[in-house]
Amino acid sequence: MSDHQYTPESKFGKWFNDRLPLLTLANHLTDYPTPKNLNYWWTFGGILTFCLITQIVTGLVLAMHYIAHADMAFDSVEHIMRDVNYGWLIRYIHANGASMFFLAVYIHIFRSLFYGSYKAPREIIWIIGIIIYLLMMAAAFMGYVLPWGQMSFWGATVITNLFSAIPLVGEGIVTWLWGGYSVDNPTLTRFFTLHYLIPFLILGLVVLHIWALHVPGNNNPVGIDIKKPSKDTVPFHPYIVIKDGFALLMFMIVFAFFVFYTPNILGHADNYIEADPLVTPAHIVPEWYLLPFYAILRSVPDKLLGVVAMLSAIFILAALPWLDTSKIRSAVFRPLYRQFYWILVADVLILGYVGAMPAEGLYLLIARVATAYYFLHFLVILPVLGYKEKTLPIPLSITEPVLGGSPNLATAKNKESFKIK
Amino acid sequence: MSEKKTNRRDFLFTATYAVGAVGVGATIWPMIDQMNPDASVKALASTEVDISAVNPGKTITVLWRGKPVFIRRRTQDEIVEARSVKLEELKHPESDEDRAKNPEWLVMLGVCTHLGCVPLDQKGDYNGWFCPCHGSHYDTSGRIRKGPAPTNMEIPKYEFVNTNTIKIG
Repeated sequence: MSDHQYTPESKFGKWFNDRLPLLTLANHLTDYPTPKNLNYWWTFGGILTFCLITQIVTGLVLAMHYIAHADMAFDSVEHIMRDVNYGWLIRYIHANGASMFFLAVYIHIFRSLFYGSYKAPREIIWIIGIIIYLLMMAAAFMGYVLPWGQMSFWGATVITNLFSAIPLVGEGIVTWLWGGYSVDNPTLTRFFTLHYLIPFLILGLVVLHIWALHVPGNNNPVGIDIKKPSKDTVPFHPYIVIKDGFALLMFMIVFAFFVFYTPNILGHADNYIEADPLVTPAHIVPEWYLLPFYAILRSVPDKLLGVVAMLSAIFILAALPWLDTSKIRSAVFRPLYRQFYWILVADVLILGYVGAMPAEGLYLLIARVATAYYFLHFLVILPVLGYKEKTLPIPLSITEPVLGGSPNLATAKNKESFKIK
Repeated sequence: MSEKKTNRRDFLFTATYAVGAVGVGATIWPMIDQMNPDASVKALASTEVDISAVNPGKTITVLWRGKPVFIRRRTQDEIVEARSVKLEELKHPESDEDRAKNPEWLVMLGVCTHLGCVPLDQKGDYNGWFCPCHGSHYDTSGRIRKGPAPTNMEIPKYEFVNTNTIKIG
């Protein structure tokens, strides 16, 4: 996209830019007109980029010391922790970095859900985002297998066995994934390879994600289309760069707290026991960021249907732009959707909680109700709400609610509701 | 399209695509098949186990193809319990006579058929095995009775080499 023509000032710059327009790209990124009302929920895109780069850099360094072999992997991780200079720091950043990555991505996703960022014309951005999220889960799962502890081994066994639910070819697929008749050395080496590959795939998709974003431009808290550049926008640099930078700093404080004060709180003690194919730990749970889906899997008493429900819970998100029939993007102007939104947030948190608890008694009942509600939200509530809901009048521009004095009386009357947000 | 006649060039295009598709398939297949169990993994196909030290009511667990195999010397009570169950009550109907040729010895893969955990011995509602991962209960014949697992625990191919030795695989 070209907002305006750009010509470098220096002679060399011009010569270079005529041959490879990198400077035009840099200029596009710095001058990029951004809605001026973006709040801090919009800073998580930058934070996620930071997370990805952190994982790639620390991962590269860890790969210099890690040995992907069933007999040596566990010891090589302990070697990193005890012998390698700053190995403990790098590994703790990488392990907690995965959790921070998911924390940021969940905030980023729920930001989109609240402000309707997935709606036209941003469906492709959203779908690329969902693919990135799926790849993140794959990378995180395979990364968790690499230390070859008890949770690594049995997590790998349980997750790969999900494929055995597929009729007829399931067992063959699982054997193919394992490269044997159980999770073993061939499984470990291929997981290491894929764990190394996926971040670079994500990096490529992030480029597409941002490219697709820069076609229509950012959504914004008011959720209306804006002209760019106009008095509704500010240039990306320095306004958004500073805001993103400040948010990143706050995020890094939380990150550093986990790394330096409670580096193992998000992991499981069982993973400091070397993998033993003869003994399953008494209580297998995945990492916290997968718990809601794990709860959905366990809430269905049938193997195949459980797997189908779990995968549907993820893939249903890709259909969201078409399931949500409302023309209004931002929940600020959707009084009913706003309530259902917070119920969904609570529902997912409840699923996460029961996912960590044993699948029996009251927990199982709660998991079933919460699973049913999750699908009800996307398949029934959202499509119906688009037709039934009486939305609030939306402003004509971002400047209108900010500066007041609107010629549109109805909008002026609703101005107060922005301020609460 | 209908008025357009198929000419030599269309034929050449189709033939080129077809040969190209076969070529791509033939190139991709080795990349896919290399992930299947290799010769060294397949070579570990059988193992012999000495069972002379196993007393009635005891289970030993041995590793075969990376998976645990339970070898249980069952008590009379367990055998009676396993053989008195009506097949209609079972989720995956198999008679104990078919699962344990020698009623005293139950040899089966110690792998839960739900998602592959190792069930715990002498636990659960049916005095057999209980899987701690997602709560499947198995009876004294290793048959699924309650919980999410779809089938009974698998019986591997095995034979008694002599009274004290079992060959699995």
